[in-house]
Amino acid sequence: MSLLEVNDLHVYYGVIQALKGISFHVEKGEIVALIGANGAGKTTTLHTLSGLLRAKQGTIRYRDTDITKMPGHKIVTLGMAQVPEGRRVFPDLTVLANLKMGAYTRRDKAEIEETLKMVYERFPRLEERKNQTAGTLSGGEQQMLAMGRALMSHPQLILMDEPSMGLSPLLVNEIFDIIQKINSDGTTVLLVEQNAKKALSVANRAYVMETGMISMEGKAQDLLENPQIQKAYLGE
Amino acid sequence: MLSFLNYLISGISLGSIYAIIALGYTMVYGIAKMLNFAHGDFIMVGGYAIFTCMITLGMNPFVSILIAMGVCLLIGVGTEKIAYKPLREAGSPLAVLITAIGVSYLLENLALLIFGSNPKSFTSVVSWSGLTLAGGQLRIQGVTIVTIVVSLAVLLVLQWFVHGTREGQAMLAVSQDRGAATLMGINVNHTITLTFAIGSALAAVAGALLCSAYPTLTPYTGAMPGIKAFVAAVLGGIGSIPGAMIGGIVLGVIEILARTYISSQLSDAIVFGILVVVLLVKPTGILGKNIQEKV
Repeated sequence: MSLLEVNDLHVYYGVIQALKGISFHVEKGEIVALIGANGAGKTTTLHTLSGLLRAKQGTIRYRDTDITKMPGHKIVTLGMAQVPEGRRVFPDLTVLANLKMGAYTRRDKAEIEETLKMVYERFPRLEERKNQTAGTLSGGEQQMLAMGRALMSHPQLILMDEPSMGLSPLLVNEIFDIIQKINSDGTTVLLVEQNAKKALSVANRAYVMETGMISMEGKAQDLLENPQIQKAYLGE
Repeated sequence: MLSFLNYLISGISLGSIYAIIALGYTMVYGIAKMLNFAHGDFIMVGGYAIFTCMITLGMNPFVSILIAMGVCLLIGVGTEKIAYKPLREAGSPLAVLITAIGVSYLLENLALLIFGSNPKSFTSVVSWSGLTLAGGQLRIQGVTIVTIVVSLAVLLVLQWFVHGTREGQAMLAVSQDRGAATLMGINVNHTITLTFAIGSALAAVAGALLCSAYPTLTPYTGAMPGIKAFVAAVLGGIGSIPGAMIGGIVLGVIEILARTYISSQLSDAIVFGILVVVLLVKPTGILGKNIQEKV
């Protein structure tokens, strides 16, 4: 049984169909990449998984529970967190308050403190800036805060939407290193990226999306070497 | 000089009432991103609820206020659930705004139907006659002092609630980014309902204080103070709790001083003139932040 199983998902924005029946699965411990051009439906997929959008048809099963119609705030309690596109940290709250917000669904103060310590170890810069408001952080720091915030809910699956967007090449490498470390700590990762090369280099498997459908899937290594993919997404 | 001080104190007192009303406006705006133009009429509903309990049924003033808070809370939450939420989910902010105006007329006309158009003479909920200072030259009414103290207490409790409790943190998160708040596991609808409940219950408190200071109650009692409190909320920076307080008091003081020293007919024009000037000079208000448009 897969950790996440998506079957024939159809999603609409009004009359426009954004997802035209996609199916994929994520196994425990994997990094799975979802790559594709702008407007292919990658973010729509993540929003539907997190309950921000509703599917018209199809099912989403997570940890053997049907979450297709579950409200977004309840999905978090099952151990699924998202690092949204554009970070979306709470700009007027301090770094610490943002992190605490990530642990909103958890009640045990001691456990929250423990997770906070782990997050600070992973992102020392967040501890240095814990009393600063999030709006004053740089783009890279905000990305780290968004990741740290998602980790605060202690998820089994973390959905990451374009974590490298708008960052310098050096920071992009740092972010992808962190993604690998988060994964090796035991968190499964579903990664949406336009930077296909980077995404495929850290992922185990990948799906290629095109205009609301999955056009190709396979081992990340195989896709990296696929001439079609190289031409369309890797700029080679 | 003493008379100026007297006017200043009554300005602060009137402003404190505006502030309590403005708190309801500003919290609902900050969290639900809508202007509840029926909010002023919740004051009137609170006023009639207190009138019925205290004068018709002869109940204790304090108990009457508590019951009125309950009535307003139910009406506020009910309005949100029945009238605003379906439209909000349909993604139509303009329809919500117009519906709020409709709710305002509905409440006024329901009150007209139930209580008639004759003004009810209200008895102050504060029986304390007040203080006499400076050898009898400076008299401060009990209701004036109580109003100022109550509004400060409301401000402090709200600040504690928003910054010190889990539900308050959820409000802050929802006010800054509704989608991200959902991703944190916050129930956005529940948070909006809670905000309406608090704002509406505060309207009942404002009703009690307003009708005690200006003891005539009609179905339109809440309309004008409601609009002025909206001006106060904009003046202080809509969405900001301390801003609503500052805006309310500034507005109350200006209104009373303008009425005394300039013209009693022009005082309302001056109050709304301030709204125009604020919107021109600093559209975000005294404590409002400049929101950068992000691309």
